[in-house]
Amino acid sequence: MYEFSYYKSGSVEDAVEAMNKAEDGKFVAGGQTMLPTMKHRLASPSDVIDLGGIAELSGISVDGDSVTIGAMTTHAEVAASGDVQAMIPALAQLASGIGDPAVRNQGTLGGSIANNDPAADYPAAVIALGATVKTNKREIAADDFFTGMFETALEDDELITAVSFPKADSAAYMKFENPASRYAIVGVFLAKTGSAVRVGVTGATPCAHRGMRLEEALNSNFSADACDGVEIPVEKMNTDIHASAEYRAHLVKVMTKRAVAACS
Amino acid sequence: MAENGIGVSVRRKEDNRFLIGKGRYTDDINVAGQTYAAFVRSPHAHATINGIDKSAAEASVGVIAVFTGDDLAADGIGPLICGVTVPSDDGEPHRAPAHPALAQGKVNYVGDHVAVVIAETQAQAREGAEKVGVDYTALPAVTDTGSAADDGQPQIHDVAPNNMCYNWPFGDKDAVEAAFASAHKVSTLDLVNNRMVTNPMEPRAALAEYNAGTEEITLHLTTQNPHVHRLVMSAFNQLAPEHKLRIVSPDVGGGFGAKIFVYAEELVVGWSCRKVNRPVKWTGDRTEAFLADAHGRDHVATAEMALDENGKFLAMRVMTKANLGAYLSTFATMVPSYLYAFLFAGQYTTPLIYSEVKTVFTNTAPVDASRGAGRPEATYLLERLVDVAAADMGLEPAEIRRRNFIPKDAFPYQTPVVQCYDSGDYETALDKALALADYDGFAARAEEAKSRGLRRGIGLSSYVEACGIAPSAAVGQLGAGVGLWESAQVRFNPTGNVQVFTGTHSHGQGHETTFAQLVTEQLGVPIENIEVIHGDTAKTQFGMGTYGSRSLAVGGVAIAKACEKLIAKGKKIAAHALEAAEGDIEFADGNFTIAGTDKAMNIAEVAFNAYVPHSYPEGLEPGFDENAFFDPMNFSFPAGTHICEVEVDPETGVVEIVKYSAVDDFGKLINPMIVEGQVHGGIVHGIGQALLEVCRYDSEGQLITATYMDYAMPRADNVPSFDVDYAPTDPPHNPLGVKGCGEAGAIGAPPAVINAITNALGVKHIDMPATPENVWRAAQGAA
Repeated sequence: MYEFSYYKSGSVEDAVEAMNKAEDGKFVAGGQTMLPTMKHRLASPSDVIDLGGIAELSGISVDGDSVTIGAMTTHAEVAASGDVQAMIPALAQLASGIGDPAVRNQGTLGGSIANNDPAADYPAAVIALGATVKTNKREIAADDFFTGMFETALEDDELITAVSFPKADSAAYMKFENPASRYAIVGVFLAKTGSAVRVGVTGATPCAHRGMRLEEALNSNFSADACDGVEIPVEKMNTDIHASAEYRAHLVKVMTKRAVAACS
Repeated sequence: MAENGIGVSVRRKEDNRFLIGKGRYTDDINVAGQTYAAFVRSPHAHATINGIDKSAAEASVGVIAVFTGDDLAADGIGPLICGVTVPSDDGEPHRAPAHPALAQGKVNYVGDHVAVVIAETQAQAREGAEKVGVDYTALPAVTDTGSAADDGQPQIHDVAPNNMCYNWPFGDKDAVEAAFASAHKVSTLDLVNNRMVTNPMEPRAALAEYNAGTEEITLHLTTQNPHVHRLVMSAFNQLAPEHKLRIVSPDVGGGFGAKIFVYAEELVVGWSCRKVNRPVKWTGDRTEAFLADAHGRDHVATAEMALDENGKFLAMRVMTKANLGAYLSTFATMVPSYLYAFLFAGQYTTPLIYSEVKTVFTNTAPVDASRGAGRPEATYLLERLVDVAAADMGLEPAEIRRRNFIPKDAFPYQTPVVQCYDSGDYETALDKALALADYDGFAARAEEAKSRGLRRGIGLSSYVEACGIAPSAAVGQLGAGVGLWESAQVRFNPTGNVQVFTGTHSHGQGHETTFAQLVTEQLGVPIENIEVIHGDTAKTQFGMGTYGSRSLAVGGVAIAKACEKLIAKGKKIAAHALEAAEGDIEFADGNFTIAGTDKAMNIAEVAFNAYVPHSYPEGLEPGFDENAFFDPMNFSFPAGTHICEVEVDPETGVVEIVKYSAVDDFGKLINPMIVEGQVHGGIVHGIGQALLEVCRYDSEGQLITATYMDYAMPRADNVPSFDVDYAPTDPPHNPLGVKGCGEAGAIGAPPAVINAITNALGVKHIDMPATPENVWRAAQGAA
């Protein structure tokens, strides 16, 4: 790890001010990606601005038909939340399957989606549930938030404060784990509200995305069989030592079918 | 039986200190004035070094010194050696390229050692290392085992044309050819034995101190064999004379073979403490472990079996290419030769076996022994080939094994591949395993699984392994540079407690408990009054260390022999004190008794008399402290049958191991709980190889599985609860009647798992690791 200045911020304004003053600053939420990257000397921010002390960024609240989760809420807190379990059980289940207990006790919702790892779990849920990402500046719709590999719509001094997830009639997350990292090789979050189906796909492509072709098929016929005819474009899939593009494309379909079965 | 003696599952004495955080590992030890070393490692798989500019590093804050290969060479240190000679088919010994501890003008793998920076803190050492300017000219790399010796490949070492280390033929080629020519059937199998990173939990570390007054170097190391390190570093690396070099191997967090070898970092740290006249510490990180620990396996092979019309094995032929990496590690040459081809008979009466092993250099980390070392490769090849032969012959896998087993009344059994097996009862182990696995109920379970959309498969593996590697004369004939006996010293203190010094080393195996059980059984001293001490060349007389499941079978016997000497001396002392004839003294349960009377003396009293010899046998030396060396007459040959049952999801390729049964012959068990733990760990290791683990370099020689994000280690949820039982036989040449258990699981498991998967899918073969994608593709082909 290279040397850096550490700043523990007390409020969102304070954190943003510190960021604006820093030469090459980085916000750190749970640090589950950033700290290993720094330890490997692959990142060397001049300033690390810790969001861990900002009370207003944590917590889970229910407002009508949506549940709002503070950006600094840990995966373990989401997994254990009675409100999340009651409103969107699939979201609690997703959180319970991220990493290992140490990661879940430290990693946060805001950190995960701000990092936008192509194989992270949360982006699939944010997309499929049509969540709203709240920042210190504005509200961003899920469909506009994830813009590319490790890229989001966030500006440099913009901080996620919370994510608001609307309740779905039924939802399921099916994750095909990388046996080494236990990130998603393919993860499919399916949410059904009324007759509208939304499918969020992570792991398969450089950036989590909506499975529009799958949605189209399922909107007209909500059954696992409806997925069979959908063509998943192999050329858009990631390929690496763990899974080829062809296999990933196959898994997108299989995970979607299993999510449909779980929602039926 | 003593209360905590042989056969009792005594809880591990050593666990208390580990559980309360009082284990003392090399990195836990800090000494006054300590400095830190960081290594400059090659980012290239293959490159020439045009020059090294130390100036920026030397000017970096906190840096004390920067050393390169020239500095080592100027002091006559190194190079690293390989201790076993294997003849090549041209009549020459294996090709042995120079292996400098710090590069001399060329680097040959990513992670190769280029320079060392010594600094006041670890961070400053790393900063300094980044500032060493190395001018490389990158060369094309060769990494692939199968094609490394082909014409036109990049050449790594001038002394090794075509990257060949040796081509080692073994067996009667013509007789085997004739047997194949007249066989009823020939079964053939091409396979890969996947390269593994050994991955002990504790990374390697070293702490070196030089005492200018005594001119002694004390080197704390993560080694499985401190005396071997001292011998090699003294005799071959010129670090210091043996009597001026002390190696201490304190608590060590797992070895699995990777900590047998003498590594560059260890030698450089040991040398540099004298250069800077300050203690020097190096603790490797996980990345360094992936890059520069010796790796394991990495074979490409073709195996053939000739059978008669009854499914009897007539002859076997194996052509193997084995990757040794960029340089020869300490025992590298022996692993794919003597520890491999000499196991090809397995449990069977195959009368004729011919093998050719071509070993190659590549631009990858050195490859050497890793849990099982050669025997897993042999067993995987043989037990897969047997299943292929069974399918070719239309025989049930258990039946073809049964037809070819060496019968239990045929022991000792001379195989056609050097080894003479000590004892065995393979059919009993098979029968017990079949019962334990409810083999007969498999068809119904498979049918039920089908209703859930899953394909269920069952696979057998009937393995033999050779461990407790010995005797010295035999390994000497094979070209080993060392003897393979073991030593022990058993010392009573005047107050009656006992210190046991062993030349083996425990890095997780529980020797402090198992060996204490031997002593309490034999001498009747309560187990809490017995301390087992290992891992310090200044404390233990000598030793060959721990590997090849040798510690109990060889080291345990040395302890027993030292105990026998104590009993013999104690009889003299007791006879004098009890005023009886020595011949009338009997020893049992810790008491020397005049036969037929109740006149007795406890061994603790005898010890006291020996140290306070006020009234003592004339001419007898005082003291109650004996040592012994044991050089066994043969290896020991554990064996058994493992049965794995899997469910395969054909839609995703995911394999779940739903049942795993193991029946092993380890001879007599000293601590059944520790043995079962070793079996569990070994099986998990084997399952890791079969399903998850693979070390991959890309074609440019970059290690692309250099973290746990990409290298899949087995975890608790990858394995079921195991059903473990035993079918012991009595090895006649081992005085304790023990074999060895540490590697058996890693040897038996891989073919059992793969045989289960091929059974589930109805395919001939699938290479390891059977990852979901590989299995899915195989399932597509089979559907």
